Amino acid sequence: MKPRFSLATREALWAFAFLAIPLLFFLFIRIYPAFQALWLSLFEWNADPAKRQYVGLEHYSRMLADPTLGRALRNTALYTFIGVPLQIALGLAIALLLQSVTRLRDLFRAIYFTPYITPAVAVAWVFSWMLSPNFGIVNEILGLFGIPAQKFLSSPSQALLTVTAIVVWQNLGFQIVLFLAGLESIPRTYYEAARIDGADGWAMFRYITLPLLNPVTVFSAVIGTIGFLQLFTQVVNLNFTDQGGPVNSTLTIALYIYQLAFKSFNLGYAAAVTVLLFGIILVITLVQLRILSRRVEY
Amino acid sequence: MKRLPVILAYIVLVLGGILMIFPFVWMILTSLKPFAELFNLEVLPREPTLENYRQVLTQTDFPRWFLNSLGIAGITTISVLFFDSLVGYTLAKLRFPGREIVFVLILATLMVPTEMLVIPWYVMSVGYGWVNSYWGILFPGLISAFGVFLMRQFFQSLPTELMDAGRIDGLSEFGVFWRVAFPLVRPALAALGIFTFLGNWNAFLWPLVIIQSPEMRTLPVGVALFSGEAATAWHLIMTASSLSVLPVLLVFLFFQKQIIEGVVLTGVKG
Repeated sequence: MKPRFSLATREALWAFAFLAIPLLFFLFIRIYPAFQALWLSLFEWNADPAKRQYVGLEHYSRMLADPTLGRALRNTALYTFIGVPLQIALGLAIALLLQSVTRLRDLFRAIYFTPYITPAVAVAWVFSWMLSPNFGIVNEILGLFGIPAQKFLSSPSQALLTVTAIVVWQNLGFQIVLFLAGLESIPRTYYEAARIDGADGWAMFRYITLPLLNPVTVFSAVIGTIGFLQLFTQVVNLNFTDQGGPVNSTLTIALYIYQLAFKSFNLGYAAAVTVLLFGIILVITLVQLRILSRRVEY
Repeated sequence: MKRLPVILAYIVLVLGGILMIFPFVWMILTSLKPFAELFNLEVLPREPTLENYRQVLTQTDFPRWFLNSLGIAGITTISVLFFDSLVGYTLAKLRFPGREIVFVLILATLMVPTEMLVIPWYVMSVGYGWVNSYWGILFPGLISAFGVFLMRQFFQSLPTELMDAGRIDGLSEFGVFWRVAFPLVRPALAALGIFTFLGNWNAFLWPLVIIQSPEMRTLPVGVALFSGEAATAWHLIMTASSLSVLPVLLVFLFFQKQIIEGVVLTGVKG
């Protein structure tokens, strides 16, 4: 019996040896800082640790009366509620179109996917050049159709929608690739059987395609929501000289956190806002997984 | 009658495709224009020039930013591939007390958004003197929880008999991992490697926080701050953007298949 026992111990020892460095990493770089953020949110920040003053939940009550935070929350919600359904709908529509064609499918897929892997910083600068109110090519093209020049990113009413459209433009390829893979995994026989039963195209889409794509849609909604809730890079670069956009119309929670922490060095309050963001992401993700991942039985 | 919808599908796809490509075309065309032609908005440059490229490459730290990004993304990718597969393998194939707890602990870290960690990381970096150093830029990304999760899935699908055969051949436990299991999960490694590299190549928030001097900038931070200072010199901004996009486009051209399969692999399986 003795050798078997030592073999198991040996395996466990190897396992701990393999895990030693990664566990230290996760503990000190991922887990401890998450709690430290909670802790910091209870203090008024000072570079000298001895001078940090404990303020309890003051930062949290301050959030309730912070109109800029309210603005950032409202904007972030708008980005998410417009952007996520839009990119899912467009992604699915284009994936369906791609599936219906036989030639050049791979080429189209590659073209639509390209923006997804390009640096968001470069994408943002290219769009801010194209959408420049006076010298932008987009207004030039609109002019050809007799449409007056738009202000896009410098208009308080258009800026948020413009940013959303650009982010969707960049994310679209990812959605398409996911949906295309999902569509290809649906057995052809289901459609053939439905056709024999006299189902039309819409019925097949509604009762076969959509339910069977549900896991992909859930994944895509969750990833998309998390991405929009953390929107930062595009917002910063699209209005670089006026970060947050005209009258804070493009300000997001992530950008507000950045400004609080690293422009005004109000790290304690910024940490409290990160805790709020964490809570929002946690709740929304759990709710989405619950609502959207209802099992489909046949 | 059946041909009409197909033709319509092609028309929509081509129009959409133009919408996808045009910003890249306009970026490159602008980068080839001299300043004087910038605002007349003709599509093609009248006197195409590479002067903008010469200017950006010689008068800024652009080559340095490029190397910084390459080094940081490269080191991070190697570290993630090694440690994530080691941890994934250990969680999938070795038996030890506390295995479930370790797995749940690592998985739980996925729920925490980067924004929440950036402030403590910054405080930590100030304390240890990591601000404005390469180590400071790359330490948060050295191991990825998502990668651990992904690699564990793949190692679980390997038959345990293979590892036992390696043990009988006299390999150490590390040898079994490194020589037997590791080479068998190549598709997963390729996907994880490509996405880790791209993610770090494009990373913006943390490098922006931790970098202070111009020569330490990564490419995205360099392009952003350079463009912010360049104001209306759009020909130079578009040149800098082109220079940061072109390497990615080249890589995509060569590894298109692996990259798209990688999305499917990580997305659908992960």
